[in-house]
Amino acid sequence: MTTETGEILRVSDLRTYFPVRSHALIPRVIGQVKAVDGVSFQVGSAETLGLVGESGSGKTTVARSVLMLVRPTSGQIVIDGQEITHLSPKALMPMRRKAQMIFQDPYNALNPRHTVGGIIGAPYRIQGIEPPGGVRAAVQALMERVGLNPEHYNRYPNEFSGGQRQRIGIARAIALRPKLIVCDEPVSALDVSIQAQIINLLRDLQQEFGLSYLFVAHDLAVVRQISHRVAVMYLGHLMEMAPRETIYAAPLHPYTHSLLSAVPIPDPKLQKERSRIMLEGDLPSPINPPSGCVFRTRCFQAQERCSVEVPPLIEVAPGHQVACHFPVATLPAGIETALATLENQPGVPVRRPQPAGDQVSSAQLDRLPADGRPDSTPVRPKVRVGRSR
Amino acid sequence: MTTPDRPAEQPFLEIKDLSVAFPTEDGLVRAVEGVSLSIERGRTLAIVGESGSGKSVTAQAIMGLIDRKVAKVTGEIWLDGQELIGLPANELQALRGGKVAMIFQDPMSSLHPFYRVGDQITEAINAHRSMRAKAARAIALEMLRRVGIPAADRRIDDYPHQLSGGMRQRVMIAMALINAPELLIADEPTTALDVTVQAQILELIASLQGEFGITVIMITHDLGIVADVADDVAVMYGGRIVEVASTGVLYAQPEMPYTLGLLSSIPRMDRELSARLEPIPGNPPSPIQLPPGCVFQPRCTYSDRVAGGTCLNVRPDLLETAPGHLVRCHLPAEERRQISQGVLNVLAGGS
Ligand SMILES: Nc1ncnc2c1ncn2[C@@H]1O[C@H](COP(=O)(O)OP(=O)(O)OP(=O)(O)O)[C@@H](O)[C@H]1O
Ligand SMILES: Nc1ncnc2c1ncn2[C@@H]1O[C@H](COP(=O)(O)OP(=O)(O)OP(=O)(O)O)[C@@H](O)[C@H]1O
Ligand code: SF4
Ligand code: SF4
Ligand SMILES: [Mg+2]
Ligand SMILES: [Mg+2]
Repeated sequence: MTTETGEILRVSDLRTYFPVRSHALIPRVIGQVKAVDGVSFQVGSAETLGLVGESGSGKTTVARSVLMLVRPTSGQIVIDGQEITHLSPKALMPMRRKAQMIFQDPYNALNPRHTVGGIIGAPYRIQGIEPPGGVRAAVQALMERVGLNPEHYNRYPNEFSGGQRQRIGIARAIALRPKLIVCDEPVSALDVSIQAQIINLLRDLQQEFGLSYLFVAHDLAVVRQISHRVAVMYLGHLMEMAPRETIYAAPLHPYTHSLLSAVPIPDPKLQKERSRIMLEGDLPSPINPPSGCVFRTRCFQAQERCSVEVPPLIEVAPGHQVACHFPVATLPAGIETALATLENQPGVPVRRPQPAGDQVSSAQLDRLPADGRPDSTPVRPKVRVGRSR
Repeated sequence: MTTPDRPAEQPFLEIKDLSVAFPTEDGLVRAVEGVSLSIERGRTLAIVGESGSGKSVTAQAIMGLIDRKVAKVTGEIWLDGQELIGLPANELQALRGGKVAMIFQDPMSSLHPFYRVGDQITEAINAHRSMRAKAARAIALEMLRRVGIPAADRRIDDYPHQLSGGMRQRVMIAMALINAPELLIADEPTTALDVTVQAQILELIASLQGEFGITVIMITHDLGIVADVADDVAVMYGGRIVEVASTGVLYAQPEMPYTLGLLSSIPRMDRELSARLEPIPGNPPSPIQLPPGCVFQPRCTYSDRVAGGTCLNVRPDLLETAPGHLVRCHLPAEERRQISQGVLNVLAGGS
């Protein structure tokens, strides 16, 4: 389904750090939030790359960095062949024609004092472009295209529902016929029945205009519906990136497994019977991330090596990249087939999941004595497959 | 769950014809109209519906949290043989946080930012029984452990902002459970949380419910969560209940076109990918200007199958279509079932 004729966006080793200041009268910088810490990916033309991960994993920061709405600390961003991180705000203006953004919150993203016509027409004014037939006609055509009544040209945002406001944001984003739209949680604030309308609209627009999307969301079912490829983020790092089918059917990273198994399935029989991985704890602080693999404090696969060595993002199959020392195939049902295909690929280290009790858990890793062997304190298993009910 | 000795015809919680309306400058907001529900002890009822459908207002009415100065509340709410709507404020106060407790979507809205979480929990204890400070603290600590707060003996002296979202929600749960409530209302308790933390919290609620035999009302808009936790489901739309069924029946044999629309609009990870989703067209109604007939009519694809414009003009009643399965729709039951099976077959990948 991917129609890869070219590359619209390339992000290389992106790092975006935010200073942490003390609360003193004259604040000092006392640390850094490594919101995005070495992320690389590309998006092809007419392709959607889904970006998923927990709250605080850095998705929004990636999205905003890509459009230079926050300045990256380091790394390269190439949009349609042009490197943009060194550009001045003024020199960035032409880039904004090629790349636009849609925001999560349709309530706050629109200026309440501007009419819908003014909001959707703003990109023309800012760029000094006079569309053929005039701004009003162009805006009304856009309104029609996204499913708004063109007669509502002079209405204000508060007269529209959440779904309609998101359509306003979409109309504004496509006004200049960009090549890339960065969507930050575009449907998260909407009811499911409205979500589906917006997802369908985004897909139709993609086909009509050959748009590329960087689609940030935390809802894995929504991301599956719209993405060609999916990247999974955790604490500022990419954990896994693969074509959609692979991410959902044959993920390798323990975090991807955990995420997928945590999503409740809207089928009472399946949901109550299925076994699940229960991750414990929350995302660690990005100010003081764990050493080695950032996921190790919650990982059911964690070994000693994970606390000392950062796992690099390695391509294990064409288009499938994983950052893990001990990737796992499907857990636990279907494990034989998935592992079998994997073991046939040279160079992929595969470990069969062990019963939780035998594992060196991350809690133990935190207490590793000097000789590197875990002490004998029993810890709760990090993974429980199945439900307690 | 074993039911204690009581007349079988009297459920633990019974809501009869509850209506809540807010007079506002723009007009009368009919937030909830004619809601009737009953729950047996120890069971979990999920209330699902779109934003603005009246889920939270229903919950607030049960908790006696609706300010009678700004709203008109009518109907009856019977909890374990006691009617709540006519109850004086001080008696309601005694029930809240005691026999009935509530967890909200945003823990910060019910945790005081300037007090240590332990002090807030002991205060909740003291509001309902008198106890020495030391004993209360010990109980609070035990409950924090019970809800899975790591290093609870240190965390008990933290302020809410020092805790992560998931931990705050655990503190909220600890506070809600501290006086051994018999009814727990959870209003979107995991909406602000990540899926991995959501799974932890839902499992926690379920295990505590099993342990203490609590009756739970789970308010959510997520049909995945409903499938996960609920015994029975009430679907709300435009301030009314439009369908009630046991969870298995609701997903396998829904009859109300709105329920069907909800099930069709959600993308599902457990199914073959379909090229397009089937959204419900249009937008939910304004509670100030509800349609005169069936409140779902402007969005319903099947209303023209009912002769004589009945859907446009006549409000349908919530009627039993099978034991324990109630539907609010003018279509004949036989036709509803046909429509439903057709739609579900397509969704399941059949033709
Ligand atoms: N302007 C800022 N100043 C300081 N820290 C920031 C800033 N913006 C983001 N952060 C921090 O960077 C990290 C990543 O935040 P980001 O908003 O990118 O996450 P996210 O994945 O989009 O999360 P969510 O799902 O909650 O939207 C967080 O720890 C956040 O607190
Ligand atoms: N105090 C109030 N004054 C006026 N209108 C109110 C008040 N409280 C609620 N409403 C209205 O009542 C309707 C039902 O609200 P309610 O909060 O029950 O919806 P909900 O189903 O919980 O939605 P959500 O999923 O967004 O939480 C809404 O239209 C809301 O605007
Ligand atoms: S196995 Fe090790 S490297 Fe892989 S995700 Fe777990 S902690 Fe990280
Ligand atoms: S009563 Fe009519 S409009 Fe309402 S759901 Fe049934 S068919 Fe649709
Ligand atoms: Mg974000
Ligand atoms: Mg609500």
